[in-house]
Amino acid sequence: MAIDKHATPMLDQLETGPWPSFISGIKRLRDQHPDARINAVTNDLLGQLEHSYETRKGYWKGGTVSVFGYGGGIIPRFSEVGKVFPSSKEFHTVRVQPPAGNHYTTAMLRQLADTWEKYGSGLVTFHGQTGNIMFIGVDTPNTQNFFDEINDYGWDLGGAGPCVRTAMSCVGSARCEMSCTNELKAHRLLVNNFTDDVHRPALPYKFKFKVSGCPNDCQNAIERSDFAVLGTWRDDMKVDQAEVKAYIADKGRQYYIDNVITRCPTKALSLNDDDTLDVNNRDCVRCMHCLNVMPKALHPGDDKGVTILIGGKRTLKIGDLMGTVVVPFKKLETEEDYESLVELAETIIDFWAENGLEHERCGEMIERIGLANFLEGIGIEPDPNMLSHPRQSSYIRMDGWDEAAEEWFARQAEAGR
Amino acid sequence: MAEMREPIESGCPDPWQYMHPVMRKNFGMWKYHEHPRPGVLLHVAYSGDKIWTVKAGTQRILDVFTLRKLCDIGDEFADGYVHFTIRSNIEYLVSDESKVQPLIDALEGAGFVVGGTQNSVAMISHTQGWLHCDIPGTDASGVVKSMMDELIDEFRNARMPNRVHITTSCCQINCGGQGDIAINVQHTKPPKINHDLVANVCERPSVVARCPVAAIRPAMVNGKPSLEVDERKCICCGACYPPCPPMQINDAEHSKLAIWVGGNHSNARGKPTFQKLVAAGIPNNPPRWPEATAIVKRILKAYKEGAKDWERINEWIERIGWPRFFEEVELPFTKYHIDTWRGARASFNSSSYIRF
Repeated sequence: MAIDKHATPMLDQLETGPWPSFISGIKRLRDQHPDARINAVTNDLLGQLEHSYETRKGYWKGGTVSVFGYGGGIIPRFSEVGKVFPSSKEFHTVRVQPPAGNHYTTAMLRQLADTWEKYGSGLVTFHGQTGNIMFIGVDTPNTQNFFDEINDYGWDLGGAGPCVRTAMSCVGSARCEMSCTNELKAHRLLVNNFTDDVHRPALPYKFKFKVSGCPNDCQNAIERSDFAVLGTWRDDMKVDQAEVKAYIADKGRQYYIDNVITRCPTKALSLNDDDTLDVNNRDCVRCMHCLNVMPKALHPGDDKGVTILIGGKRTLKIGDLMGTVVVPFKKLETEEDYESLVELAETIIDFWAENGLEHERCGEMIERIGLANFLEGIGIEPDPNMLSHPRQSSYIRMDGWDEAAEEWFARQAEAGR
Repeated sequence: MAEMREPIESGCPDPWQYMHPVMRKNFGMWKYHEHPRPGVLLHVAYSGDKIWTVKAGTQRILDVFTLRKLCDIGDEFADGYVHFTIRSNIEYLVSDESKVQPLIDALEGAGFVVGGTQNSVAMISHTQGWLHCDIPGTDASGVVKSMMDELIDEFRNARMPNRVHITTSCCQINCGGQGDIAINVQHTKPPKINHDLVANVCERPSVVARCPVAAIRPAMVNGKPSLEVDERKCICCGACYPPCPPMQINDAEHSKLAIWVGGNHSNARGKPTFQKLVAAGIPNNPPRWPEATAIVKRILKAYKEGAKDWERINEWIERIGWPRFFEEVELPFTKYHIDTWRGARASFNSSSYIRF
């Protein structure tokens, strides 16, 4: 049966130009897909979207939709203009957790496409800003049908609402020479320890894990996650002096001084008269710049591990927060190392679940109660690596100073320093 | 009712089975990489094994036809293994150099755009907008399509001083994230309240608690329990709208776009930075948003001409200073650029450092 196609003069203007057009893709589903249901859904979707373009307003409302046994993972969408556009009046998104590191085979993508077009609109994004595969557009009954089928062959829902959210990790050790940890393992151990908290929202607000294999932080973990794991190393960086010389021979000494030596944030680099490189590894903060410029010549050291920062998030409600260093360095090699990483996450989530206010992110709670109180709550001793600098305000009572100083020296002695 | 199926709580899948065999074999044993041409990376392992990555931009919201076309190309011209980047680009992995050029040709021939590596303007990371979000002030996909049409040469070529990450967001929650350049909706008027609906739709105490400036209080309006907004205090952030849709913040005329610059996630050369406001009051003008694109292009032009190698936008501005930045991009500096939020004092110049 031929459908009565909505006119879309504004959207049509997004079909011109060289970049691939999402409007053309939706129209292909409307015009060429063999399933009349998909033709009708995408036609009404285009109709509503054109209406939004004309009136400059959105017309989707939330609600409550989930699958049997879970409380979250679906973003419910009901149309406010569903009477005019009935075929897309229920248009929920199914959030599905990707494989750690976003690795796929074409066979797996085809299998997902086959199931999705049986039940949904045929529109999908790899990935949303949450890190989920976003299957966009399915009605309420088919939400369950779609989930049942993909869940049978290995996929599970991600987080939505006040819960542990879908985690993200970079390509890392699979393809990157800068990687200082097993991102995939840390990612899966962390988030899969909390599947109950992913599927059944019961926390003060969202809680995100992100893992980047080095301080370049390709996953934006410091800014965008409550629990950021960044690979790093604590011994000397590796320098291949022959490659350094080759680089200088190619680029010239002035370029090298201007783009490597003087760009070091802690002035830890020095160029020797014979065009070899001196690195003061005690001053180096592992920023990655010189390694990025000369990936053949410079490499992370062998004593690798991770730095953990807690509490990153965007504006709402108290303003932007970067994560704060809570664990300056942690080895991640043995199973015990990984177990203690997961235990740390449990401790932090438990403390925040207990002490966070409704709709208060972990970083906002730390801002409210103070970093020192947070550290005491999770049983971690203060460390100068956690700060840019010590306090500037003299307005503080320090009744326990002598004991705290003694504890510091005792801990230093215990650590053999 | 039929018996419901219990979910299998398998969580995040193990990627090992979906990884190219050369990546599995050399996991954690990569030595260095090269950038043979824009859109292509070559990684070399300590074992001597090599893998080429070909990166392509897409429309991000993929229909199943497009997804299958990407798979067909992956099967015919690559090894059947793909990886998606954080900015929704698809990357094909091949272990044979002779496959690289035919793969590029196939992708370009099918309308995809090979590029986005190293010093390019990367694919704009964005959110759902009018297509799916419940609180959007604009349509991110349309803004991004319009901008990428104009920035495509900078995606295809790596000619910028360093990489440029652009983001768009359809409200001030900023799901698009921090970017070297961020184009975000900025509401400019307090919410319009439908008092007939508030009592039935909104959990009033949690709406009151949501306001960052305590401008919302419970009130009886026309004999019904509702909420009222102190409009002198209201900062028009829209935070009350998600928990209480009768507090409509979007407005065809007054929801504007603002442009922010200098957000940088990397630790390279300096600590990560948040983006700073540079332009506001830009019309939210579908279907092509030309005013916003024009400003973005001015910023990119000034950055490309003025920045030194490896300087990100924040570092370039830190070197040349904000007065010269506003001059070079021909944007007005106003009292609204002066921060008023907590910690604002830290952004004031408490030195004699002035550039002349």
